[in-house]
Amino acid sequence: MSIAKPSLTALASVAAALVTLSAVLIFVVAPEDADQGFSQKIFYVHVPIALTAYACFGLGAWKAYRVLATRGERYDLESYTGVHVGTIFGVLTLVTGAIWAKASWGVWWTWSSNQLVLFLVLFLFYCAYFMLRFSVEPGSRRERISAVYALFGVALIPVSFFAIRLANDFIHPTVFTRDGPQMTGEMFFAFCVSWASITLLAYVMYRVELAGKRIDANLRELREALQT
Amino acid sequence: MGEPLLIRAAALEKRYGSRTVFRPVSFEVPGRGTLVVTGPNGSGKTTLLRMLVGLAAPTRGTLDVALDRGRVGYVGHEPILYRELTALENLDLFGRLYRVPERRERIGMLLERFGLWDVRGERVGTYSRGMTQRLALCRALLHDPELLVLDEPHSALDEDGAALLDAELASLAEARALVVATHEPARLEPLVTQRLALEHA
Amino acid sequence: MSTYLADVAALAHKDLKLELRARDTLPAMLLFVLSTLVVFHFALPADAGEDAAYGLLWVALVFTALLGLARSWVPEREAGALDGLVLAPSDRSAIWLGKSLATLAFLFAAELVALPAFVVFFEPLDAAALAGVALASIGICTVGSLVSAMAAAARGREVLLPLLFLPLAIPLVVGGVGASISEEPGTYLAFLGLYDAVFAILSWAAFEYVVTE
Repeated sequence: MSIAKPSLTALASVAAALVTLSAVLIFVVAPEDADQGFSQKIFYVHVPIALTAYACFGLGAWKAYRVLATRGERYDLESYTGVHVGTIFGVLTLVTGAIWAKASWGVWWTWSSNQLVLFLVLFLFYCAYFMLRFSVEPGSRRERISAVYALFGVALIPVSFFAIRLANDFIHPTVFTRDGPQMTGEMFFAFCVSWASITLLAYVMYRVELAGKRIDANLRELREALQT
Repeated sequence: MGEPLLIRAAALEKRYGSRTVFRPVSFEVPGRGTLVVTGPNGSGKTTLLRMLVGLAAPTRGTLDVALDRGRVGYVGHEPILYRELTALENLDLFGRLYRVPERRERIGMLLERFGLWDVRGERVGTYSRGMTQRLALCRALLHDPELLVLDEPHSALDEDGAALLDAELASLAEARALVVATHEPARLEPLVTQRLALEHA
Repeated sequence: MSTYLADVAALAHKDLKLELRARDTLPAMLLFVLSTLVVFHFALPADAGEDAAYGLLWVALVFTALLGLARSWVPEREAGALDGLVLAPSDRSAIWLGKSLATLAFLFAAELVALPAFVVFFEPLDAAALAGVALASIGICTVGSLVSAMAAAARGREVLLPLLFLPLAIPLVVGGVGASISEEPGTYLAFLGLYDAVFAILSWAAFEYVVTE
C-alpha cells in the first residue's frame, strides 16, 4: 500500500493550476460564440465533464474486469472508486447540462439532448450500483457481483445511446437543435486545456478517495487484530 | 509414503470485509482417511467446509483439492433440495447434473438403504427433518464421490438415522476421504485418522 | 455440447414442474397484467393519441416480467438448492440458461393473456409489434435472470431488483414501442436483436461470477 503523498500533492497542485488557467482562458481569452453568446461557455465545462465521466466508468469497468480475472481485493476498491468518481461527474454533467439548457432555451430539462438523457439513464444505473453494493455483505461475493454490474454499465452506454436516438424519432421530436459550436483556434485551445484540467482533477479525486479507502480498510484490520 | 494428498491447505484464512472467520489453518488430507473438525459455534467450521467443496474462497493462503467438482459430495446445514419436488425427482435432477451412470438403479438403491423408498413419491416438503437429512445424504452419495464433506451430519437424525449414517460412514471410510465437522467427535472415534480443532478468531 | 443442452433442459424442466406444483407465480403474473391494463384505461385521458396505449402496454409487460423475475430464484434459496446446482460438475452458465428459458416460458404465457386483452381494450397489434414483444421478452428474461440472481444475494432484494433492472430495460422498451408504432419497425427489431445478442452473451459469461465466491 503506497499513499505516495508527495506525488499526489504535486498532482493536486498541477490540477489546481490547470483549472485556474482554463478558467482564465474560458472567461477572458476565448471569444464569445456568435450564435449563443455567453451561455455557450458552459460547453467548455460541460463536455469535458461528460467525457471524464465516461472515462471514469470505463476505468471502473476495467478494474472490475481485473477483479474477475484475478482475486485482487485491491481491484475491487479501485473499481468502486472509479465508479464513484464517475457518478459524481455524471451528476455534474446533468447539472451543467441543465444550466446550459436554462441559459440557452429557458428550460431546465430537454429530452432532445441525447447526451443528457443518456446521463440520466446512467445516473439511475450507477445509483443502483451503490444500492447493490451496500446491500451485500462485504467479501468476495460482493466484489464479484459489483464487478459484473460495473461491466454491464459500460455495455449499457452505447446500447442506451442508440436506444435514445431511436426513441427520438417517435417520442420527442427535436424542438431545440444545437449544432456543435464552430470553434476558432482560441476556443479549441481553451477547450483542450479545460478538458485536461478536468481529467486531471478527476484523477486526483480518484487517487485521494482510493487512498482514503485503503487507509480505512487497513485501520479496520488493525483494530480487529488488536482486539484479539 | 502411502496415499497421495487429496487436500492440501496452507495458512488458510477467511475474512468477510473486516470480520475474520478463522485464523490461519494448515492441514493435509490423504486420499483415504477421516478428518474430524471440531470447534465451538462460530469458529468457522462451516466456512472451512464450504471452502473445501468450493462454495467459498479463501481470503489468504492456498487450498489445493486434487479433485474436480463431480468427485466431491457435500452435506451442509441446508439440505440442498427442492421442497416441492419428490425425493425421486430431486435425485433424478442431481443424478443428471452429476452424470451418474445407471441413475435409476443407483437412486433406488440409495433410497432403500436410507429407508426412504416408501416415501420416494412424496414431496420433500412433507418430510420430517430426519427424513430430509437422510435424503440429503442420498444426494451427496449419489455420484459415488471420492471425498465426502459433511457438516454436522448427525444433527437432524434420530437414533435409527444416526445408526444408518454411522454404518454408511464406516464402510465409506475404508476407501474414501471424509471430512466431518461435528459436535459429537465420539461418534466418529473408530474412523478418525486426523483431527482439527478450530478456535474463535 | 449435448450434455450442456441436456443440463439446460433438465434445469428448465425442473422450473416448469415447480411452477406447476406451486402455482404461485404464473397466476399472479396473469392477474397483475390484466389489472394493470384496466388501471391504464382509467389513467389515459380521452384525447390521448392511440400511440400512448402502446407505451403503456410496455410498462405493463416490464412490470409483469419483474414480478416473475423476483420469484424466479426463490426455489433455489429455500433449502439451499442453489449450492447444489453450483457444486455440480455442469457448467454454471447452464443454470442461468435453464432459468432464463423457464422464466421466458412464463412470460410468454402471461403475454398470451395480455396481448389479446390489450387488443380488445385498446389498440390492434400487427406482426411487427408481436415480433417486438417476442424479442424484448428474450432480452428481459436473459438479463433479468442474471440481475435477479444478483439481487437474491442481497438484503432488501425485493426492492433492489427493480432498481437494478429498470435502467437495463429502457432500451427494450424503446425497441418494443418503436416496433409497435413506427413506420419502419425493422430498425427497432434489429436493435432489439442487437440488445439480445449483446446482453445474452454478457449474462451467459458473467453468471458464473455472480453465484460463486
